[in-house]
Amino acid sequence: MSRIAGCFEALQQQGRKALIPYIVAGDPSQELTVPLMHKLVEQGADILEIGVPFSDPMAEGPVIQLAHERALANRTGLRGILAMVKTFRETNSSTPVMLMGYANPIEYMGYQAFAAAAHEAGVDGVLTVDIPPEEALALNTELKKFEIDNIFLIAPTTDEARIKQIAALATGFVYFVSLKGVTGAGHLDTAMVEQKLNQIKTHTSLPIGVGFGIKDADTAVTISRLAEGVVVGSALVDAIFQRSQQGDDVNAATQLIADMRVAMDAV
Amino acid sequence: MSSDKAVIDYKAMPDSDGHFGIYGGKFVSETLMEALTELTESYEKLSKDADFQAEFDKDLAHYVGRPSPLYHAERWSREIGGAQIYLKREDLNHTGAHKINNTIGQALLAKYSGKTRIIAETGAGQHGVASATIAARLGMECVVYMGEEDVRRQALNVYRMKLLGATVVPVTSGSKTLKDAMNEAMRDWVTNVDNTFYIIGTAAGPHPYPKLVRDFQSVIGREAREQSLAMTGKLPDALVACVGGGSNAIGLFHPFLSDESVAMYGVEAGGHGVETGEHAAPLSAGKPGVLHGNRTYLMQDEDGQILHTHSVSAGLDYPGVGPEHSWLKDIERVNYVAINDNEALAAFHHLTRIEGIMPALESSHALAYGEKLAKTLSPEQTIIVNLSGRGDKDIHTVAELDGISF
Repeated sequence: MSRIAGCFEALQQQGRKALIPYIVAGDPSQELTVPLMHKLVEQGADILEIGVPFSDPMAEGPVIQLAHERALANRTGLRGILAMVKTFRETNSSTPVMLMGYANPIEYMGYQAFAAAAHEAGVDGVLTVDIPPEEALALNTELKKFEIDNIFLIAPTTDEARIKQIAALATGFVYFVSLKGVTGAGHLDTAMVEQKLNQIKTHTSLPIGVGFGIKDADTAVTISRLAEGVVVGSALVDAIFQRSQQGDDVNAATQLIADMRVAMDAV
Repeated sequence: MSSDKAVIDYKAMPDSDGHFGIYGGKFVSETLMEALTELTESYEKLSKDADFQAEFDKDLAHYVGRPSPLYHAERWSREIGGAQIYLKREDLNHTGAHKINNTIGQALLAKYSGKTRIIAETGAGQHGVASATIAARLGMECVVYMGEEDVRRQALNVYRMKLLGATVVPVTSGSKTLKDAMNEAMRDWVTNVDNTFYIIGTAAGPHPYPKLVRDFQSVIGREAREQSLAMTGKLPDALVACVGGGSNAIGLFHPFLSDESVAMYGVEAGGHGVETGEHAAPLSAGKPGVLHGNRTYLMQDEDGQILHTHSVSAGLDYPGVGPEHSWLKDIERVNYVAINDNEALAAFHHLTRIEGIMPALESSHALAYGEKLAKTLSPEQTIIVNLSGRGDKDIHTVAELDGISF
């Protein structure tokens, strides 16, 4: 069983939900990424989602766009990120790590080379925003060879037939995008999310993580009542940026995750 | 080799998933997949609908002013002393470039699909102006995304769009040019997908855009083919067109692809020289990758990050290219070459002084290659160069390079 599947199974037995923070590798600096990953685990993160910066992050709102730009200005690339995961794994062999990014850095490295290197580094899951199931077969095949979970997005606009198509390829969990929009947008519609999650659950037994629009303990609790996992991105990335601007310890930004953890576990 | 090429059914491309060989496809986030499927279906239906086609043809005739002339540039041909050069006069279209052929087609799709809001990206501003024009005529809301850098370089077109009632949004992310404007338009689309139609300005983007833009622009090649037969009694020996995203080029080339005797040259922006790295020539110096919804040749670094581009012409300043061109390059049906800034500027001046026609800087790249090519051919041979747009918009750029300020 993959680390991600094992993680969801253990949480289910404990009656808890997965808290999945997202940070952009190399933001605010390459040196701070691995310490931040450890700190997030300490504050209660179950799975780490590491953003691979890209020059053209089409699905991101302004907060994460700027984080990608800062990370690229620090010359953060896919190979360097795999090295970070490897370093993280030296002292943490249990917390699942997934990469979230765009197709081209992986295309450039080559699917086979990437899957082998990701496996070797200790990556557990890969989500490529701009590789929908229609285009995913080649990468999916390589990831499967190395038992890396291929995580897919399901959107409010995804119809029944596509949910089935995605469920057939996905492993680990499926990631439901809670709104029509970019990351960091602020119009979460809980009733729609609930309705859509029920529809997804009729087609897959995989756990469902929900992301986009979750920014504080309240929204985290709301979503954790509906889904198996809660993904928080822009709010955390922004908190890290604000701390770094003020010259504070960026690890302090992870307090947001601790607050979410407490609130989610109290439900 | 050539007999192998003859059996390719170019009209059957792309396949039903939008692939031209390994290129093209639909590389977008899940939220947009439904909109692309809807667009694919409505286009399949409308492209066979007689009323839709009749309305499109009527607009091309009476609003755009088609057919555009095929003009024999006799004096210029004589000065060059080689092949006869014919210019396909897309510069004479309403709004001054080939862009309007496509925006009319896509705006009709928007109208027939019940969308009320149009968005577009623009580099030089020609596609933005064409979109704002058609939105004004149809009474639709229009938002145009334009890189902050291009807003500065193309102030006149920004004002034209505003006069037409469009909202121009300066894009401050990334390199602040065309590719970033396209990213921002995609973000708008993903947010407002229910009521919004995204009019992509070039033969790139996710399927079905490369196909439908090609189909709408193919009127250029269909006319040119008929005009050539009528005027010279034969097909041209060669076609030349500039390639940024590649919509004017594919529009000229596509109706000739099965004509084996017709050589084709797509001219990319060589900027300061392909060898300097400061250019916008992905087919000449890039590698395949994925950007803006399709797999195609891209200018990228060893981490797969998209590189900044340089060209004197804002309309060619794009790190990717339409996927059909990538495929036509690999199967060797079309030759892709590069022309530097200086060569394009020289051709701009030549055509202005010798024929009294002021070409767009984009088109000047094709003209410069046309000059080179003509010299290698005989006076009995003919070349069609696509004069894709007029140069009025570039007067400031040319003046600045000549050290003149107004």
